[in-house]
Amino acid sequence: MSSTSLWYATRASGLVAMVLLTLTMVLGITTTTRARARRWPGFAQQELHRRISMIAVVFLGIHVLTSVLDSYVHIGWAATVIPFTSSYGRLWVGVGAISLDLMLAVFVSSLLRARMRPGTWRAIHWLAYLSWPVALAHAFGMGTDAGKSWVIALGAACVLAVAAALAWRLREGARQASIRTAHASLDAVPPKHLALTAPRKNGSSHA
Amino acid sequence: MIRILVDPVACDAYGYCAELLPEAITVDEWGYPIVDGKPLPPELVSAARRAARDCPRRAITLRERKSGH
Amino acid sequence: MPDAGEVLATATTETDRYRLLGHPTDLGAHIAALGPAPLPTGANRGWRDAFLALMEASGLGGRGGAGFPAAIKLAAAQGGGPGGTIVVNAMEGEPASDKDKLLLIRSPHLVLDGAQLLAAATRARRIIVCVPEGRHHVANAVRRALDERMAARCAPVPEVMVHPPDRFTAGEESALAGWVDSGRSLPSFRPDKGVALRIGRHAALVHNAETLAHVAMIARTGPAAFRNRGLAEDPGTSLVTVSGAVEHPGVVEIERGTPLIDIARRALPAGEPQALLIGGYGGAWVAPRHFATPYASLSLRAIGATAGVGIVVVLGSTACGLMESARIVTYLAGQSAGQCGPCVYGLPAIAGDLTRLARGEADAGLLGRLDRRLREVDGRGACRHPDGAVQLARSALQVFADDVAAHAAGAPCPYWNRASQFRFPVDAAAKVRP
Repeated sequence: MSSTSLWYATRASGLVAMVLLTLTMVLGITTTTRARARRWPGFAQQELHRRISMIAVVFLGIHVLTSVLDSYVHIGWAATVIPFTSSYGRLWVGVGAISLDLMLAVFVSSLLRARMRPGTWRAIHWLAYLSWPVALAHAFGMGTDAGKSWVIALGAACVLAVAAALAWRLREGARQASIRTAHASLDAVPPKHLALTAPRKNGSSHA
Repeated sequence: MIRILVDPVACDAYGYCAELLPEAITVDEWGYPIVDGKPLPPELVSAARRAARDCPRRAITLRERKSGH
Repeated sequence: MPDAGEVLATATTETDRYRLLGHPTDLGAHIAALGPAPLPTGANRGWRDAFLALMEASGLGGRGGAGFPAAIKLAAAQGGGPGGTIVVNAMEGEPASDKDKLLLIRSPHLVLDGAQLLAAATRARRIIVCVPEGRHHVANAVRRALDERMAARCAPVPEVMVHPPDRFTAGEESALAGWVDSGRSLPSFRPDKGVALRIGRHAALVHNAETLAHVAMIARTGPAAFRNRGLAEDPGTSLVTVSGAVEHPGVVEIERGTPLIDIARRALPAGEPQALLIGGYGGAWVAPRHFATPYASLSLRAIGATAGVGIVVVLGSTACGLMESARIVTYLAGQSAGQCGPCVYGLPAIAGDLTRLARGEADAGLLGRLDRRLREVDGRGACRHPDGAVQLARSALQVFADDVAAHAAGAPCPYWNRASQFRFPVDAAAKVRP
């Protein structure tokens, strides 16, 4: 492959990965213990989250592969996972390496989920919250397409999507917490319809 | 004979098991699963395995029950 | 002893028969009266097998509420190999029970001898005595006994005392073993009861204090003396705390199979009881037509009750059984360990409905809702805590059925507003309170 086509492949796959990772984040963040109100099948959302994350990993792989194979600038294999060791773009490739490391941890731990304690898996999975903004920083820090208006718009849309998901999640969490408190008191009047709730028990939370 | 077992300590009322296996699992008014005690018909076993695999809290396990117990 | 019941006098004709109460308290007199604990002289496989056979022959069942055969538990612990722990469960979370406090104050050496015997039978390396924090009289008595035994070298396996939190579920055996192991008092989900509890990497054998006292007596008297009292299917004696509308509340030792009303009469009830609460706050009410039922596991199960912990509370005629039940279930709801949805949410809901019913404020759907929730909550927790509350509530609806009809129609009995005759320890951590 020519260096130019490799370069285009790196940039394109990077942007696609960014969008897919954003979608993965949104699907993960908006998981609740019950979304029964809209007859939304929770297990389907979880499955979608998993499958999109795998497609994202594929594009991430293409992104990393093509960036190393591209001989125009030198980025060694090691530099993709060891931060700040690349001769080209030391800072922002390094930031990308950090994000890649975190995502690998999340991905591998999910593959091995059955073999580890739930608390351990959950703790590693929370690294996703760190890996995503770091990936975005890498994308815009590298600068290649960061000046183009449509790329900026795309990045802004991704940030908005995750911010909206987080806001929804926090509000939903507060609502469920107050339902939980009401249910655990003696004055709870039984709900007129079953659509609402699944409050969380004390001490539990989920990624 | 396969029996569905719910670990009530791990369960956090996600409700995926009831979505996947409504013939055998219903949900109480607070979102927690009620497993009916009847033996699982063979055509539902794969859905039961999926429910066990997909539970975010790994609260569902399947147990082999010797028949005649 | 302000915080333990008094012993009601035992008949003099019983002094030569198997009994737990009435023996001397301090170590010297205990050994003089009963002889030393028949421990083996060295590591002795034959002795351990013989001891298991002794437990099997006696038919001793646990006295902590479940009534589980002691021999089966011992066999499971023996299978766990050496180096384990014997846990003396003196938590006595049932507020209406005083027997374990009494035993540890009056006959601590019987309890500790029992622990030493089980330690020898399982090659355990330590004995841990669990007394809830705040129970100073019991703790002091145990401390004295432990010091006596150490000075006289009567404790081949080291004995220590610890103080878990004073909550109802803290005495559940997996919660207790868990607290000793990790400091967290939470019952575990144990679908296979046959698997022994573990503390660290070794097996843990948890027993109620009274059960251990029986072990120590049976080891000295032989199984026949134990079986000569009580029934063939439920042998021996039990300590029962009698309280409520009685003149002389306290702890009695009775033979298993004694009719319930006879146990109640030992405490001199003020009048004819309206009902008897048997087995504890997680037990069941018994109506007058069943007052002659023998205090034994099978007989009680046949009338929808359980032997549970040795507790009989007499409900006087000027009390409201529904309101007392509502208060009890409210207390139990507040004592949930908080791990399982059906218990955390189901018990307060049931308690709320029972309270509304008792006050005469029932809505049209209340009885149906209550019935459904009792059915749904039963058996869906990791431990038996919600099951006990359900059993109590169900028995109340049956035994006080006439009251249920009246209260549901908005015409409650005149006594619902009276002060409770039941004890409810205050727990700052409880989310709901009676």
